[in-house]
Amino acid sequence: MIADDTARALLEITDAVVEFPVGGRRLRAVDTVSLAVDRGQTFGLIGESGSGKSTLARAVMGLVRGEGTVRIGDQAAESLARPRRGHKRARPAQMVVQDPHSALDPRLTVAASVAEPLRARGTMSRRERSQRSLAMLERVGLPAQLARRYPHQLSGGQKQRVNIARALVSDPEVLICDESVSALDVALQAEILNLLTDLQRDFGLTMLFISHDLAVIAHLADRIGVMYLGHLVELGDAADLLTAPSHPYTEALIAARPEPLPGKARPGKRVILEGEMPSPLTPPSGCPFRTRCRYSREKCAQERPTLRSVGHGSLVACHFAEEIHLQGALRERHPLPALTSAPRSPGTTIGGTA
Amino acid sequence: MSPAIDETRRTIQAAAPAGTQPLLSVSGLTISFRQRGQALEAVRDVSFDIGPGEFVGVVGESGSGKSVTALAVMGLLDPRITQVTGSALLAGKDLLTLGAQELRRTRGRDVGMVFQEPMTALDPVFTVGHQLTETLHAHEKISRRAARERAVEMLAAVGIPDPKLRYSAYPHQLSGGLRQRAMIAIALCCNPRLLIADEPTTAVDVTIQAQLLELLQTLRRERGTSILLITHDIGVIAESCDRMMTMYAGEIVETGPVGDVLENPAHPYTIGLLGAQPSLLTRGKPLTTVPGRLPRQEERTSGCLFEPRCPAALERCARDRQELIELGSAHTARCWRTHDLIGHTTAGGAR
Repeated sequence: MIADDTARALLEITDAVVEFPVGGRRLRAVDTVSLAVDRGQTFGLIGESGSGKSTLARAVMGLVRGEGTVRIGDQAAESLARPRRGHKRARPAQMVVQDPHSALDPRLTVAASVAEPLRARGTMSRRERSQRSLAMLERVGLPAQLARRYPHQLSGGQKQRVNIARALVSDPEVLICDESVSALDVALQAEILNLLTDLQRDFGLTMLFISHDLAVIAHLADRIGVMYLGHLVELGDAADLLTAPSHPYTEALIAARPEPLPGKARPGKRVILEGEMPSPLTPPSGCPFRTRCRYSREKCAQERPTLRSVGHGSLVACHFAEEIHLQGALRERHPLPALTSAPRSPGTTIGGTA
Repeated sequence: MSPAIDETRRTIQAAAPAGTQPLLSVSGLTISFRQRGQALEAVRDVSFDIGPGEFVGVVGESGSGKSVTALAVMGLLDPRITQVTGSALLAGKDLLTLGAQELRRTRGRDVGMVFQEPMTALDPVFTVGHQLTETLHAHEKISRRAARERAVEMLAAVGIPDPKLRYSAYPHQLSGGLRQRAMIAIALCCNPRLLIADEPTTAVDVTIQAQLLELLQTLRRERGTSILLITHDIGVIAESCDRMMTMYAGEIVETGPVGDVLENPAHPYTIGLLGAQPSLLTRGKPLTTVPGRLPRQEERTSGCLFEPRCPAALERCARDRQELIELGSAHTARCWRTHDLIGHTTAGGAR
């Protein structure tokens, strides 16, 4: 198993395997995944539902048991097999999940929810906890008067800000975002993405950002891992991987993302994958992607490809990565008009041309 | 209202492809909900046409009125709490004045509908096949055997593998993508002339979304079905529609051929939605946001509804509301700054 470059990594996951018992059989949701994230960087994990990306995050958080190890910072590597849920220990990793509503206790006020991780840790006085929570709420852009409200009195965007505040209040080194902006409208999503970027810079956070939305990952991530059926099938620098993908599944994900571009700026023929992801209970022999792959050959059914280097820093699990020519993401964007309140004068542009 | 604006409105009404009669012609549609003795206006004076075989997309954030518009056209709003005025002519017949029985005959036969969450739209205790034949029996005199054959054909037409097998499957036995295909099969089994699809791909994965969008294109091409697609994702519209409308706070704020609107977006809200879209090219830069939220009823003024959130607003915008003004080739926008905005893209030369 080739691991990612681990020399300076702050978060390192090695050979993670997670299995669930299903009707007497074993469902392998995560199959020998290794990755590493440098301090202050964002690792984007992309894949469709059932690819195992959320399960991997839950294993790192100690919410499900598996095999393999996780190491954060200078701590010793911990086994994923042991439950790591002790209330008293400081948690170097925190998570923000997709549904901001179900993640909050409806009977707790916003302030109480945010203070909860500090209370559980038990090292601060009530006063300190309250001060720290209020400061964090302010930092994520929530006005002070919201602190005494209950979740049902907040909008979806406000609730997600509360979740972010709660995740950051205990000063974690790693923030795991599991589809944290997927339930939000595009305008709101942009606000939360901007907030996360600011917070990452200010707190020096290392992020593992999980999403099915390639656009979000493309915007945020320094490095990207593509998961399919529990396997990491491609891993590399974000810009390289997206503009010059090496795995057919990465290509398909890029092509499937509808771009809001006028006709003449649109890419040529789209690759549309046929069929659906097979059940992880009955994975195909050989390459997990071969049943939907348009380049599939005999060897793909016989031998499972492992992650290997194909030049330019990317690791890819495909037998024929060097032989196939794949289409990547666009490098140019259609310019938008500048929105300023001064008619026809060059002022501060708000709607930039990107 | 000045005669000039009156003229503009009439032109907009006839925005469907020239020379053809529109299949659906919605005019002056206003919808309000009665709540605690107060009337909340959800949709205000919405007018649009859909031509035969045309694929029209509506975009806007939650609460912008796009789904309510579709529900009103389908006659699915509860008349006890809603007041709907205006007209929605489907091939000349006003859907808003139909009686309950006529409406039942129209829905499913003339207009089909697909919703976001197929699991809640399908009945969990009946097989997919039963739900298909039920629709056929409701609208046509057809034998059980013929209905079954048609249903299996329909399942095959929407790309469901092993249609004979899936005919007997219950909704929970299908994946999200297959369920949505089954939904589309039910909506289209009586060959309606209009399909209304409300966020049909929001709950499925991107590769499945791409398949479903292609399926809608194919069905439109082969059957000549007109499609009204409601989505919050401009990318989905860019991918599949001929024309688009942007809705904000219950009003249409921009409409036009998809190419024209994306090439030269002329309303700050459309521009905001496009700018908020993350991508590989926005890395390291903050995304454009549209701060604020939709105005509440009591916050609405005689001015532009978007003015409080608009970075391009002028003094005038807070006082007077612009009508939809024509920018050429059926592209219209409701903004005083429209000509400035368009000027900026062409003058900007940043392409």
